[in-house]
Amino acid sequence: MSSLLEIRDLLVRRSGRTALELDHLSIEKGRVVALVGPNGAGKSTLLLVLARLLKPTRGEILFNGQAIMSMHVRDYRRKIGLVMQEPLLLDMSVHENIAIGLHFRHTPGAEISQRVENWSTRLGIEALGSRKASTLSGGEAQRVALARAFVLQPDLLLLDEPFGALDNKTRTDLLNDLKTLLPTTGATTLFSTHDEREVSTLADSKIELAGGKICNGTCQQEG
Amino acid sequence: MLFNNPDVWEITLLSIKVSGLATIISLLIGLPSGSLLALGKFPGRSVLLTLVNTGMALPPVVVGLAVAMSLWRSGPLGNLNLIYTPTAIIIAQVIISAPVVTGLSTAALQALDPRLRLQLLGLGASRGQMVLSLWREARLPLLAALMAGFGSVISEVGASMMVGGNIHHQTRVLTTAIVLETNKGEFPTAIALGILLLLITFMINFVLTWIQQRGAKR
Repeated sequence: MSSLLEIRDLLVRRSGRTALELDHLSIEKGRVVALVGPNGAGKSTLLLVLARLLKPTRGEILFNGQAIMSMHVRDYRRKIGLVMQEPLLLDMSVHENIAIGLHFRHTPGAEISQRVENWSTRLGIEALGSRKASTLSGGEAQRVALARAFVLQPDLLLLDEPFGALDNKTRTDLLNDLKTLLPTTGATTLFSTHDEREVSTLADSKIELAGGKICNGTCQQEG
Repeated sequence: MLFNNPDVWEITLLSIKVSGLATIISLLIGLPSGSLLALGKFPGRSVLLTLVNTGMALPPVVVGLAVAMSLWRSGPLGNLNLIYTPTAIIIAQVIISAPVVTGLSTAALQALDPRLRLQLLGLGASRGQMVLSLWREARLPLLAALMAGFGSVISEVGASMMVGGNIHHQTRVLTTAIVLETNKGEFPTAIALGILLLLITFMINFVLTWIQQRGAKR
């Protein structure tokens, strides 16, 4: 299987300290990869760099063999989907929230409706379409945030602790749904987590980070 | 009796026209500038923000003095022949209300969750689409900024008097007419004009508040 992402000699310094330092990392297409590590390990930093929302100090990231810094930033970002720990929904209806990324891409209206309906149904939020986002529960809001990313049919899906703000029952329900849904998207997925249960349920493989470095198997000594 | 007087209607319409145009121009200046100050990172941003905040408290009479000195025949812009014209009042009112709209727009956009910007960009928004989405998200406080901008100019008298000259049929607006009638001892007329000014301010703010609150309930 070929690589969707290849990271070489990546260094990210933030506020005078090294936030991330990766010699080499390759992610194969279609894989679901968990980023595991304590707070400050560099998980979110890596996801922000991959979303081109944070500029690395040094290094190269290849996306389908092409250096992402050589691509137009908006064109690159339109190949990815990003979900953060907080749903960060806009003050509009659920339907409008899910559709917003498609509007940014000037997708035709009929296709927007079809895709939004499809993913709303698959995530069990089809009855919420006309509800205002501010009236949703935490679990509902995070499902909307996931639907908003899935409708974009991204090549790369970046999930930054997507279950982090949810209670245990809501987390379990969403985790089980995602276990079924993620493989159907065909997207290469990177998600950050502290929770081994999320890793074992969703991930094909995991990358352990500590102090901004990959430390698979040696984390305790370094952490 | 007051409403049968064509002069009153002329003065009222000129007040609305001058202050309305000044507010629209202030919005066109203040919203982009406020967005730049709220969302941008550039050298001198803090100094600019301090200047805008200071500008929010500019005394209208001082603005009037500065604009009048610039527009007088001997002033640097004297050849434009704008002194004692409605355009001169609009210029002065823009200088008064633009910092108000800019400052309150900056505050409105800074009050949004900063991660929202990252999320919108992460969803593929262009920079313009991101800013438009943030304006939509902050539409209630931005409308409040617009109301404050309008309020700051419809009620000012010092600048309109100094650069407009309170000339009958030309530059007389409600506030300068109230001063004139008071000076003449025509208190009933001054009070009636004052009530008219309050009514106009109330009606315009009523419409803007209705739009704002309709947005809040949606």
